[in-house]
Amino acid sequence: MIGPAPALLDRRLLFFTGKGGVGKSTVAAATALLAANSGKRVLLVETDAKGDVPAQFEHKPVGFKPREIYPGVLAMAMDTEASLQEYLRLNLRVPVIGRVGPIARAFEFVANAAPGVKEILTVGKIAWEVREAIEGRADHDMVIVDAASSGHIVAQLGAADSIRELVDVGPVRTQTLWVADLLADPDITAVNIVTTPEEMPVAETIELVARLRAESRAPLGSVIVNRVLPELFTRADEETFEALREPDANAALVGQVGRGATAVLDGARLAVSLRRTRAEHLAELLTAVDLPLLYVPYLFVRTHGLRVTKMVTEALGDELGL
Amino acid sequence: MTTPAWNGRERRASARPEATPSGFESLLATKEIVVCCGSGGVGKTSVSAAAALGAACRLGGKVLVLTIDPAKRLATALGMEALGNQANLVPPELLKAAGIEPRGELWAAMLDTKQSWDDLVLRHAKDEETAYRILDNRLYHNLTSRFVQSHDYIAMERLYEIHSTGDYDLIVIDTPPTRNALDFLDAPARMADFFGGRLLRWLTLPYRVGGKRGNRVLSVASRPFYQVADRILGSKFLEDIAEFFLNFQGMYDGFVTRANAVEQLLHDRRTTFAVVTTLEAAPLHEAEQFCDILTTRGFHLGALVLNKTLPDYLLDPDGATAATALVEDAARIAEALDGPALDDTARTARVLRTIGDSYRNFSVVALREAELRSELARVPDVVARIPTFEADIGDLGGLQAIGNYLFE
Repeated sequence: MIGPAPALLDRRLLFFTGKGGVGKSTVAAATALLAANSGKRVLLVETDAKGDVPAQFEHKPVGFKPREIYPGVLAMAMDTEASLQEYLRLNLRVPVIGRVGPIARAFEFVANAAPGVKEILTVGKIAWEVREAIEGRADHDMVIVDAASSGHIVAQLGAADSIRELVDVGPVRTQTLWVADLLADPDITAVNIVTTPEEMPVAETIELVARLRAESRAPLGSVIVNRVLPELFTRADEETFEALREPDANAALVGQVGRGATAVLDGARLAVSLRRTRAEHLAELLTAVDLPLLYVPYLFVRTHGLRVTKMVTEALGDELGL
Repeated sequence: MTTPAWNGRERRASARPEATPSGFESLLATKEIVVCCGSGGVGKTSVSAAAALGAACRLGGKVLVLTIDPAKRLATALGMEALGNQANLVPPELLKAAGIEPRGELWAAMLDTKQSWDDLVLRHAKDEETAYRILDNRLYHNLTSRFVQSHDYIAMERLYEIHSTGDYDLIVIDTPPTRNALDFLDAPARMADFFGGRLLRWLTLPYRVGGKRGNRVLSVASRPFYQVADRILGSKFLEDIAEFFLNFQGMYDGFVTRANAVEQLLHDRRTTFAVVTTLEAAPLHEAEQFCDILTTRGFHLGALVLNKTLPDYLLDPDGATAATALVEDAARIAEALDGPALDDTARTARVLRTIGDSYRNFSVVALREAELRSELARVPDVVARIPTFEADIGDLGGLQAIGNYLFE
């Protein structure tokens, strides 16, 4: 292993981003469980409110208010409107404006139109929870974010900086300063990218690393490579395997274990070629990205949910030497 | 490069008689637009391109694939290295080199979000000066590049634009990757709401009445909003927003008419939707939700495409028996085999155990897939199943291989 990967859990704030479908929620949940296993209390934040995060713990969807969904793991679903109301209540002592009437709609409208408003309400809430943890006022020690996917994360992380370019005065300007600084502090924050060893996820990861470096001050953490297929054979063993696939050997094998032997040989050939294709993408990732890589094996399992979360937790723990 | 994981035996067994067009072929023969949707990472782009190529081969005519964010190799395969919004004919010599001689023409275009927005503004602005005032505006840049729905909307808008030229017999469109893969359905309505709604008028009213910059006249209704908004954002920021939208005012009608037409086109009987998914729990669950939503909202759900599926031979009970025997009895079986490269029986035994074990591993996943497939609740008439390919699909031959399964 290269780099400071074992320090992963020493940060207060971990983002997990990546292309859709690579297993961000699972990896975020597994990291939370890993942290909880080491005695920390973790706030797991789901930014798209699909209910994927609690599902990793066999728990029903959660709301904006954090709930303990597993011993040591609290979860909340981001809700920009609720975040605004909380902000107003805490900072400006403005009474809760409620959901009804044109004000909520007007806010929704401005939030959609005005750059960075939704993003700042998201990262602002996250940063606030981190600061509360640092100052010992929270029910958790660290915050793990199942973050927006590659396309959106750069805007989200840069929101605090970009909003200051647009807003000249007012409380938002002053209050975004500390948010931006917290997000840029490598002792506190790490942005991790989840990928799979496949063509598009790898291409997006390489591009995202470059964009995050160019367009944000966010400290990068690790790249987690999910669903890595096992290497079946050494080179010498592979020669033996090829020999077994020759017609005579194949027939002899059928004679030994029945006609299913051909399916087994076909299956192994599939496994070998899938692994080989992925290895090429992995090699590309290794060449292009200088971040520590953590590998999570492909899981040959029946289900998803807590069982898978625990298996990924174990794999991550092994990678980190925990 | 493009060997399907399924072997030839199965394909022949399930192939239909050649004369009967497949369900997918009949579907495409009666439609002008196919919208491919599905959650991220399921292979929408490849399936869209394969469907377009297959249609050009089997049905003929001019077929366009409008892709959003193709992998570099796929873009290259379609001959679109340097293309923006312009649709280009996939060079016949590229197709010929891949052994493909379609009856019709295959065209390909990529979506350039920024360019499409600029075109839209130039078309609808009341004069060139206003158009450039908008195009130069900082808020405009942010709005078009970051406003979550802007990408979705512009894809649908481009679809409408291309369809209304009447240049193509069939358009296959890949949908943008979004947090919610069906957001694009709402995009036209949201856009109409956004630019044409009373809300915008209500928000900009204080500035319109007040006239000079900074002279806001607040109505009783808008005062509470501005009191809150001022404290959060500062009044200067709100002024900027209002000014920007005042510039936009002349374009409301054009935008709204257009967005409504786009919405209608998606509901048109000539438009169909193909939901693409893998047989993994999360994407499949989402695909089922799409099928439900599309149906309830009156869109035409034409096909479900199960992509990257494992081969059936992994479910073969004989295979399972053989695998178990190989794992448990590897040493004895290795002794019984002879031939070149098989004389090191320890090594042969190790390989036999490994392949038996690997078969059993993959069987677990194949079984899970089969179970998920059988549990599919609401499915359209056409269900296509595409195998996992041993290598990535990055060339025309690969697209044709996918097409063969789509149209089978």
